[in-house]
Amino acid sequence: MSTPPPPMSLLAELTHRCPLQCPYCSNPLMLDPRTQELGTTEWQRVLDEAASMGVLQVHFSGGEPMARPDLPELVRHAAKAGLYSNLITSGVLIRPESLRALADAELDHIQLSFQDVDPTSADRIANMAGAHAKKLEAARLIAAEGIPLTLNFVIHRQNAEHVPAMLELAEQLGARRVEIAHTQYYGWGLLNRDALLPDRAQIDATTEAVTAARARLAGRMSIDFVTPDYYEDRPKPCMGGWGQRFLNITPTGKVLPCHAAETIPNITFPTVREASLAAIWEDAPIFNLFRGTDWMPQPCQSCAFKEEDWGGCRCQALALAGKADAADPVCHKAPDHGQVMQAIAQRPQTPPPFRYRRFGNA
Amino acid sequence: MSEATGPAVMTETTVPRFARGTRLQYDRVREVWFIQAPERAFHADPVAAEVLQLVDGTRTLGAVIDLLAEKFAAPRTVIAHDVLAMVAELAEKQVLLHA
Repeated sequence: MSTPPPPMSLLAELTHRCPLQCPYCSNPLMLDPRTQELGTTEWQRVLDEAASMGVLQVHFSGGEPMARPDLPELVRHAAKAGLYSNLITSGVLIRPESLRALADAELDHIQLSFQDVDPTSADRIANMAGAHAKKLEAARLIAAEGIPLTLNFVIHRQNAEHVPAMLELAEQLGARRVEIAHTQYYGWGLLNRDALLPDRAQIDATTEAVTAARARLAGRMSIDFVTPDYYEDRPKPCMGGWGQRFLNITPTGKVLPCHAAETIPNITFPTVREASLAAIWEDAPIFNLFRGTDWMPQPCQSCAFKEEDWGGCRCQALALAGKADAADPVCHKAPDHGQVMQAIAQRPQTPPPFRYRRFGNA
Repeated sequence: MSEATGPAVMTETTVPRFARGTRLQYDRVREVWFIQAPERAFHADPVAAEVLQLVDGTRTLGAVIDLLAEKFAAPRTVIAHDVLAMVAELAEKQVLLHA
């Protein structure tokens, strides 16, 4: 296999600790304990290696990355290495002093998550009393500090009707970007699918709301819209292609092609404690497993779109078809497409209670 | 003009600057220029890179056009057309603001 292109972006999951318990969390069901987290100097080395490989942007995420007291130190290190730094945060730990420390460390951008616009609903989804009020305060502090802000809203059947109000809130809070992202169904999201999966009418309504807001806010606020691929005919080009653009490093230093890849069985996950990032990117079996198109089964192998959607999502294929190397079942041509149709058909009228994301609850 | 309102048209008298959270950066690995922006980096073609290296928050677009017309010994009207079209697109993307 030829040498892969240099990675563009690194998702640095500094910790799985988080004050929130959102039932669609992208973290794995088995959360990494604090005692095994990478230390400051280990992360600094990783950031240097990433920059020298050609990574342009680092996204500090979690869990809640602000639970790490060394966050400003890592942000400063990223800036010195020439990396564009983005903080992906729930905002509940932001105080004027902690935000100032990040601004002084030359943090480039913040993505702040909201669970809803209605405080009672938002706090119920996050399973944290007072979380929404803290986020509103965090957004005001970020705007006052002048750090560019993206608001992120995860959309599902229990908040989809509020999308127009979410876009208005983003505008009021001075966000330059907003993400309206329907839940993806892996890990915790899959566990809670019946409580989260919207119906077709909700999808159509959110699409209309986003289209109208884009026209109204052109040049002032951009809107990223992620639809739930269960309602699409073709799969999404997950991660821009496996091992093509994106690296994820878990709190304990495992290096993955996507944040859900730990579900893939019978493979060793390389760690930054045992090998260099470049060696892992180029040679580790997990990265070469689904790189390019050689691995593809039919109908992908003879599909005209195989270099557009790269066969879709491997973790979704594993979760729904039981095989990571199957065609993504959301594709209407996939042999296992019935799994997706069944999930939609069997969706209960009343959403069941959330199974919250926390240590030991999977 | 504040960052919260829509972009006014950029003309030769405009002094452009990069919005906070955006910048031009040379990528030594790929040997190309990128515009770094919130949660995306987009490739700056050689012409865009020449223009953006002259955006310093004090120079007018007219002055940028003069410098490029001289550097590339090209007709000023052609350069002006290209530069104004390019900055309009970057203002729309919230990369450039009026200083």
